[in-house]
Amino acid sequence: MTRAAIVLIVVAVTGPALPLVVWSVSHGWWFPSVLPDGFSLRAWNYVFQSDAGVFTALFTSLGIAVAVTLITMLLGVPAGRALGMHSFPGRRAAEFLLLAPIIVPGLAVFMGVHIFFIRIGLVDTALGVIIAQLLPCLPYMTVIMSGVFANYEREAEQQARCLGARSFQVFLHITLPAIMPGIVTGGLFVFLVSWSQYVLTLLVGGGRVITLPLLLFSFAQSGDHAIAAALSLVFVLPAIVVLVVTSRYISGTSPALGGMGRI
Amino acid sequence: MEGTRTAAVRGITRQRLTVLLLLTPALVVVLLLFTGGLALGIIQSFGYLPAAGLTTFTLDAYRKIFAMPGFVRSAAFTLFVSVCTTMLSVVFGIGTAFALRGRTGRAATFVYQIPLTVPHLVVAVAVMMLVSQSGLTSRVLFQLGLIGEPADFPALLYDPYGVGIILVYVWKQIPFIGLITLSVLQSVGENYEGLSRTLGASRWQTVRHVLIPLLLPAIVPGSIIIFAFVFGSFEVPLLLGKSYPSMLSVLAYRLYIDVDLTMRPEAMATSVLIALFVLALTVLYRFAADLLQRRRL
Repeated sequence: MTRAAIVLIVVAVTGPALPLVVWSVSHGWWFPSVLPDGFSLRAWNYVFQSDAGVFTALFTSLGIAVAVTLITMLLGVPAGRALGMHSFPGRRAAEFLLLAPIIVPGLAVFMGVHIFFIRIGLVDTALGVIIAQLLPCLPYMTVIMSGVFANYEREAEQQARCLGARSFQVFLHITLPAIMPGIVTGGLFVFLVSWSQYVLTLLVGGGRVITLPLLLFSFAQSGDHAIAAALSLVFVLPAIVVLVVTSRYISGTSPALGGMGRI
Repeated sequence: MEGTRTAAVRGITRQRLTVLLLLTPALVVVLLLFTGGLALGIIQSFGYLPAAGLTTFTLDAYRKIFAMPGFVRSAAFTLFVSVCTTMLSVVFGIGTAFALRGRTGRAATFVYQIPLTVPHLVVAVAVMMLVSQSGLTSRVLFQLGLIGEPADFPALLYDPYGVGIILVYVWKQIPFIGLITLSVLQSVGENYEGLSRTLGASRWQTVRHVLIPLLLPAIVPGSIIIFAFVFGSFEVPLLLGKSYPSMLSVLAYRLYIDVDLTMRPEAMATSVLIALFVLALTVLYRFAADLLQRRRL
């Protein structure tokens, strides 16, 4: 019985990939054919054609996601250290404030400041999209780093300091290597949250900043299944890479999973 | 004596300063975007929008959206989809976790985790191809002679129950609940409920007094995350849902991008209600969790 359940799980997980792969190479596939009437590389040619806009969207997505990841690291690692290692008055309030955006829908909150983005000229720019995406991404990095620092032994830092290391040296040689696995995991997840982000890019980018999900959405809506399928397969690739790299860090109790519920 | 006290005070002051320095950059961003967004949203929902020539504070927007049949039906639809998704994810998440338990096979666990990182939009596209009226499932049923034309296949997309939307989220969230369950089961050891059965408990007693108390503290926060996430979802219902009633986020967005700027307060009111509802849920949960913990101690 368990074996049957496992087969069912594998089919349920991998099943949806099948129509995507077949559609991406199909040429005319109408009801009621279960198999395509013919095969063609039209969709893939379109994806790899340099002037079709797919490459631009790919690089825009990549650039925004990398920038968001780096900024959340700069902001989230210190905040995670404060929450994970120190107790101070107002700690619970600070924690609640820093983590609430994980739960509260980004669009509902962001709509209020949109007018401010318009006024200072951040709309229609990649910079504006990057800043807006900090809203869903930063709490993620903070929660992961807070978990990392909660299990962090600070004795080594004190020893290094006693031996005459300066603050910067302590950070570079002691702290950084110890928290590196956490930073990598957190960074990869933030990258993925940014990579999958749709509505904030739509609202701030105003149709000028076109990322891969925006392109995919318009093809999915227009009914060009072949190109939608090919774009889906390109779009899903980093997600699989991230999972391969991090799957051994994921367990039910890890903060990484808490964030997973909302990618 | 006096010296040590001063040193201790100095130590605390120093530590507070460190905390402040560490927290400030992240807090500034959150205060501007999150708290600021919420505050500005609330102000605009009260009808204060100088850009559109509105400068008086009123509750008109709230009155209007509650009088609008679209809002009430959308709210009901949003609740329905969120509750269904959460319940199905919990049931199947726990079920699959029990099926996978005790297997350290890396391949099975890896496959099980795949849905976690796959972007929603990709899942939505795949679901569209699988369950639309001319989709693969419908075609297979046609070939088997079970239906005569696409219209005979039940409408699972753009339907009043949001079946397609629910499918996308349940597929994504099953392993989320599943991994939470697996880690609880791992932490309590191999076979807790077997032990309870050996001690003479019935199957139902084992579920009621052993499994539920064990799983609940981990499953409830997970369910709240799923509920909140689906409640605020946007692109999946925009692609797979009906335009009326729609999910609340889609409604808020439609009102917001309306060329008629006087609709803005209504868009803001919808957004504010979404945000406050989810925020209230979280506060309530934390309060309940604290209460539960205090009672146990």
